[in-house]
Amino acid sequence: MTPAGSLLVADGLRKTYGRTPALDGVSFSIHPGEVVAVMGPSGSGKSTLLHCLAGIVSPDAGTVTYRGRELTGLPDAERSALRRTEFGFVFQFGRLVPELTCVENVALPLRLGGVKRRPAERAALEWLERLEVDTVATQRLGEVSGGQGQRVAVARALATSPRVIFADEPTGALDSLNGERVMELLTRTARATSAAVVLVTHEARVAAYSDREIVVRDGRSHASEFAV
Amino acid sequence: MSIGHTLLGLLESGPRHGYDLKRAFDEQFGHDRPLHYGQVYSTMSRLLKNGLVVVDGVESGGGPERKRYAITDSGITDVAQWLAQPESPDSYLQSTLYTKVVIALLTGRGAAELLDTQRAAHLRRMRELTARKQRGDLADQLICDHALFHLEADLRWLELTAARLDRLAAEVRA
Repeated sequence: MTPAGSLLVADGLRKTYGRTPALDGVSFSIHPGEVVAVMGPSGSGKSTLLHCLAGIVSPDAGTVTYRGRELTGLPDAERSALRRTEFGFVFQFGRLVPELTCVENVALPLRLGGVKRRPAERAALEWLERLEVDTVATQRLGEVSGGQGQRVAVARALATSPRVIFADEPTGALDSLNGERVMELLTRTARATSAAVVLVTHEARVAAYSDREIVVRDGRSHASEFAV
Repeated sequence: MSIGHTLLGLLESGPRHGYDLKRAFDEQFGHDRPLHYGQVYSTMSRLLKNGLVVVDGVESGGGPERKRYAITDSGITDVAQWLAQPESPDSYLQSTLYTKVVIALLTGRGAAELLDTQRAAHLRRMRELTARKQRGDLADQLICDHALFHLEADLRWLELTAARLDRLAAEVRA
């Protein structure tokens, strides 16, 4: 069932919290430059799937393979390095560092990767321009609107040029107009840089920015691409 | 959509030929379905008969004669009444999809699969509209948004129904 050329593949994922099965045999795959929506009701296992795919949570059974390497078998340090360099994250609430300015927030993942301050901030500013929020570069989180803050968060996720962007309800805290702008900019930039986007959402209008969807219900995946 | 009222509304800014009316209509509203000439002329003759427009002039050239229409006072009143009257909120109480779900449950077929297939079809259409919206101008965006919000409402109903299939099955089979 693994389509050729996949960047990230999960097979037969199972995960149980206490006695509650969160994932019960989920499979998933994504290609470079593809945007896949993970849909399903609250508590269906969407976020657990995202955490397993990103190597944040280890599944009880099943495998996650990223560019031919099995994540589940990697030592913690290697998995963390992979998350820092190859993966980008956008959450419902931006999770920016409130003490830093917007440009410093976006430069942060580059700085953690060893880039010096000036080049890191120059690159960060370019990302802010692409996301149309360079005007708030020197402001702190408390001084920008929710929509602007979320675009800064998207810029931060893209700053290290990740190959996979994990977005968990990225527009959940925004009104429709701001939410749509964030989705437009996120998907357009991801496609332009051939990054894959795993987009967890329960909103159909957000999922409509994807190339295809999988539906998780009761911990099982239903992929429309395989439905005949 | 009431084509008669729309054409009347377009006439309020000044007299026009049938052809101009069609063009103005298509520019503003005909993105998906441009008007046929036949529709324009049959609508105009009805409006004429009801005294809502008058023929303001006739040009005869080489081709068929071209009538120029002007709105009357009762035409203007008619447009005002149409705009002031709220549209009836449709309640879709007898939806085909609901009927299909019940029949699937009654005949022991997969109602959940039926809903999955419908969700995929809805999302496909929503993707097309989203793509068109991103390419289009403001008018296109607003038209697509209207459709998108309705499709989203369908999907919310669909998710709710999917979550209540077991209960519904018990009730319809009782």
